Amino acid sequence: MIVIMAGSGLEIFAAYPALGPRGAQYAWYPWQNVAPPDWSTIGGWLAGARQWHFALAWFLVLNGSIYLAYFFASGEWRRRLFLPGRDTRNSLVMFGYYLRIIRTPPAPDFYNGLQRFAYTSVLILVTIQVLSGLAIYKPVQLHWLVSIFGGYDAARVFHLLGLALLALFVTVHVVMVSLHPRDLLAMLTGGKHA
Amino acid sequence: MPRSIARRRLLAGIGAASLLAGCDSSHPVAAFLKGMLRWNEHFESLLFSSSRLAPVSPAEDLTPEQAFPSYFISDAMPFPPAGWSLKVGGMAARPAVFNLEQLKAMPRTDLRVRHHCVEGWSAVADWQGVRLSEIARTVGADPGARYVEFRSFDANYWSSWDRASALHPQTILAYGMNGHHLYPDHGAPLRLYSAVKLGYKMVKYLTEINFLPNRTGGYWENQGYDWFAGV
Repeated sequence: MIVIMAGSGLEIFAAYPALGPRGAQYAWYPWQNVAPPDWSTIGGWLAGARQWHFALAWFLVLNGSIYLAYFFASGEWRRRLFLPGRDTRNSLVMFGYYLRIIRTPPAPDFYNGLQRFAYTSVLILVTIQVLSGLAIYKPVQLHWLVSIFGGYDAARVFHLLGLALLALFVTVHVVMVSLHPRDLLAMLTGGKHA
Repeated sequence: MPRSIARRRLLAGIGAASLLAGCDSSHPVAAFLKGMLRWNEHFESLLFSSSRLAPVSPAEDLTPEQAFPSYFISDAMPFPPAGWSLKVGGMAARPAVFNLEQLKAMPRTDLRVRHHCVEGWSAVADWQGVRLSEIARTVGADPGARYVEFRSFDANYWSSWDRASALHPQTILAYGMNGHHLYPDHGAPLRLYSAVKLGYKMVKYLTEINFLPNRTGGYWENQGYDWFAGV
């Protein structure tokens, strides 16, 4: 689902692969008018991509709502959410361990601080994706949402940035699994000590 | 915890099932997308409010006119036929034909709102024209006409609208842009302009407006683009 949302989103982006309004494109964005490569797009053309994107968006929201309801109702959030007071030190130590600066990892818990940080970041990112997506889908009917993002073209920036960060998250995990293949099962099942 | 594993297995199963359904043949996919397209049109019309206005853009947001894109579907720039006039009819008590002077004599509405193209770009111009609701009143449009169809001399480009969006206070028949008369690239002599629809709904090079009991699709809408196309 995420792959189709990303691919159809890139196909939509390809119709105007630039950031900023006409006549005032943002100077800071280095890839103005550079279209995403064909292999990354889904839907064939703009209308097809829009159909996919706006069809699956409902299932993404449905899936996310059920997930969040369970997450909070079951109390799972306590051991999965990044709580700065509890997890900041732990995540820094873990980061140092990954970089081979610190020799001993923090005492194992259900998740370490760094995992909680990544996990929570993704929850926030997907929420921003849904909200920025709604803003650029209906910028007049939902103009209060547009103004939260700082305007229509700014909301487009958030929507693309969110995609880039989610892609980074996925890439990092694929790299980690390829380095430690036996962790794949734990990733899918939630771990044997869960 | 087995409960957690069972949950993941269930989610994975749903994912796999929907993927397999997608690979089965192209027909169920097309039916699914068409169904969702209809569902979204319904959602869009529920979200739409006749009284909600698009914010007026500040003057510094105006797009340099040469940077404001304009499209037509004819092979060459369409120019109005000699003796051009606008025919307004369909379900109307007093069908009428208007020339440009008659339209300019009606109450004028100025609009400076952000234009949203289906491609993703936005731009701002000052538009001058007459509200479609004013025209509807003049011709006595039948309340039973739930749709409004717009036709053009640009290779018969057309689009049909829901009545509520057509009669929105920020939907006008524009004869002026940025203080001058409309130029041919932006739909001279008369085009539809609105704050509440995507660009492809705003028919340029207008020739005819019909108040109708049914929706009659549109040039892009019949090729897979969303018919409601509200913003």
